[in-house]
Amino acid sequence: MSTSDNPATESIPTTGDSNGVPLLELRGITKRFGPVQALTRINFEIPPGQVTALAGDNGAGKSVTIKTIAGLWPPDEGEIVWEGQPVHFHGPREAEAIGITTIYQDLALADNLDIVQNMFLGHEPLERGLLDEAKMETTAKQTLTELSVKTIRSIRQPVASLSGGQRQSVAVAKAVMAKAQLVIMDEPTAALGVSQTRTVLSLIKRLASQGVAVMLVSHNLNDVFAVADRVVILYLGNMVAQGPVSDFDPASVVDYMTTGRSTRAVDHAAIPRSAGQEG
Amino acid sequence: MPDEFSSPSVPSELEEPPLSTELEEDQTAAPETDADLVTADPAVLADSLGDYLGAQWRRIKSGESGALPIVAGLIVIIIFFQAERSKFLSALNLVNLFQQASIYILLGAAQIFALILSEIDLSVGFVLGVGGMVIAELIAPPVNFPWWLGILCGIGVTAGIGYIQGSLITRLHIPSFVVTLAGLLFFEGVLIELATIDKQAVGGVISVSTTSPVFKLVNSNIPVGASWIILVVVIALYAFLSIRRAARRRAHGLSAPPISITLLQIGAAAVGGILLVYVCSVNRGLLISLKGVPYVIPFVGIVLLVYSIFLARTRTGRYMYAIGGNPEAARRAGINVQHVRRLAFVFSAMTAGLAGLVYASTLGSVSTGVDGGDYTLYAVAAAVIGGASLFGGRGKPLHALLGGLVIGVVYNGLALMGISAAGQFIATAIVLLVAAAIDALVRRRSATTV
Repeated sequence: MSTSDNPATESIPTTGDSNGVPLLELRGITKRFGPVQALTRINFEIPPGQVTALAGDNGAGKSVTIKTIAGLWPPDEGEIVWEGQPVHFHGPREAEAIGITTIYQDLALADNLDIVQNMFLGHEPLERGLLDEAKMETTAKQTLTELSVKTIRSIRQPVASLSGGQRQSVAVAKAVMAKAQLVIMDEPTAALGVSQTRTVLSLIKRLASQGVAVMLVSHNLNDVFAVADRVVILYLGNMVAQGPVSDFDPASVVDYMTTGRSTRAVDHAAIPRSAGQEG
Repeated sequence: MPDEFSSPSVPSELEEPPLSTELEEDQTAAPETDADLVTADPAVLADSLGDYLGAQWRRIKSGESGALPIVAGLIVIIIFFQAERSKFLSALNLVNLFQQASIYILLGAAQIFALILSEIDLSVGFVLGVGGMVIAELIAPPVNFPWWLGILCGIGVTAGIGYIQGSLITRLHIPSFVVTLAGLLFFEGVLIELATIDKQAVGGVISVSTTSPVFKLVNSNIPVGASWIILVVVIALYAFLSIRRAARRRAHGLSAPPISITLLQIGAAAVGGILLVYVCSVNRGLLISLKGVPYVIPFVGIVLLVYSIFLARTRTGRYMYAIGGNPEAARRAGINVQHVRRLAFVFSAMTAGLAGLVYASTLGSVSTGVDGGDYTLYAVAAAVIGGASLFGGRGKPLHALLGGLVIGVVYNGLALMGISAAGQFIATAIVLLVAAAIDALVRRRSATTV
């Protein structure tokens, strides 16, 4: 547990992470847009193989945070540490190249293309100068099977014909196939119905169980408590709480999201992070 | 808040089993998938001929029809004209029709490159004129280029026109409608200017020598024997490639159309090819013997084949569809959207140049009187009638072939019936509206099923 105004957060890094070095770590990230202070000394870490929820009300800085990680703009202060090494991105391509894939709400799928075509868009394998459809189809099929995406019957159907949950599945599979080590999902369940939401949440769990770090951006607490291993809460551009999900309950998260502090959770928040590790 | 959510510390292993049942539930809880699935290519879903036909039928009912309705419409129009004028299906008229239609087909193919990207190219009519004029002037005195160099230069000039228009559209972000509308006017001016500069152009007309291969493209025929040999080779190659492809896909454990479908497709191609060569092999001369397949037919065929391979089997082709479907997704996938978009206009203008070549060959001359405005509109009409979408992301060279044939048949049939130009315009307009209405209905229908 740490609070935003506490400079001691600089020293969190490796404390008590069972896997040693976290996959990604933000150290004192600050971002301003003109006079607007969007992020103030944000610190948190994302371990591999876990789902980290980034919660916060509208305007808390969730989008700015993920866009900073995704390499859309450099932070004004602070550093992004990837596998123990500080990194500087000059654009989203560089973030993607080292293994950070961001799935925005619009999913970035071309409706008129089929699932295979979408999954390989931009990096199609070639065979004698022509698209290697057989290879693409085999790999796509394999990836979807590994993620246990069963509801899609033909991977040659256009994405336009898929349901919202299925489209999310395709976007996730696309990230997996791009060998993403960190998948940032921006409000993946915002537009989905109940059963579709469950499909996507189970997909997120499966993704994490394959060793991929997942960052789930959401203000839906049901989703957060259903899948997250860790929670990071932002409030007005400050990181007000982070820790294992067991340190929180929905009421305390709501307190943090709306007021930046929680009296109810004081006891939980006082628990050292190392003691709060889940099994 | 449901119970299961209040204990987030449950080890994830314990949560695994329920997850898979959730997925099963989801499968049953999504009754719309059956309806959704009909939009997939039937060849992907079918295991047998019956399945295939069923899938195809569901697809047509759902509005995602493919080429069949246009083929059906084409057959209806042909039957109508044949009933009205018995010489409609005569060898002479059919070959004539193919020659006329080849310009519309090429123009439609030109337009399809723009339409796939959700753009439009209104300049194709006069780019055709400029291309034809440049070729005709370069191979005529005083320049006297060899025919192939003349063609190369003509196509190069039109490709350059496409590059400039494409650059204006992508760099300055001027809508393609405006840039190519300006192009339509500008290149009509250029056409007249070209004819004025050339002292050989009498009254703005430049003739193509009847001994030039440019003239022979449309007006000369492949000998009958050679036509048949080429046909056999082409069909055999097609059969070999499609059977091998299906076999390979099956070997990889991928979905492949049932063998009966593959054979049926090969059979249909063979019957079509045989009919075509047969019709062209009938002596259609009145005084002297005139038979064989005009060179322009395989010429158009090769152009369409190359474009089909380009669009379906290369990265750049795939990117064109992706940009037409979702430019933002394409950009995020790392595709150089501006480059691909500009390339589409290069292809569009270049194909209009090829149509200009056929135009010069058909008439044996190019004049300032090229009806570029009409040609532009026929180009859009051919693409849309054939099944390309005005809203981007959908369109194949095959659509240009079908749409160009429909326009050619309507144009030719009405002329045979002695109906005036007024009637021809009106009839083409109606066919276009019907095709566009079908396109709109398809879109609405597929939008509501999502």
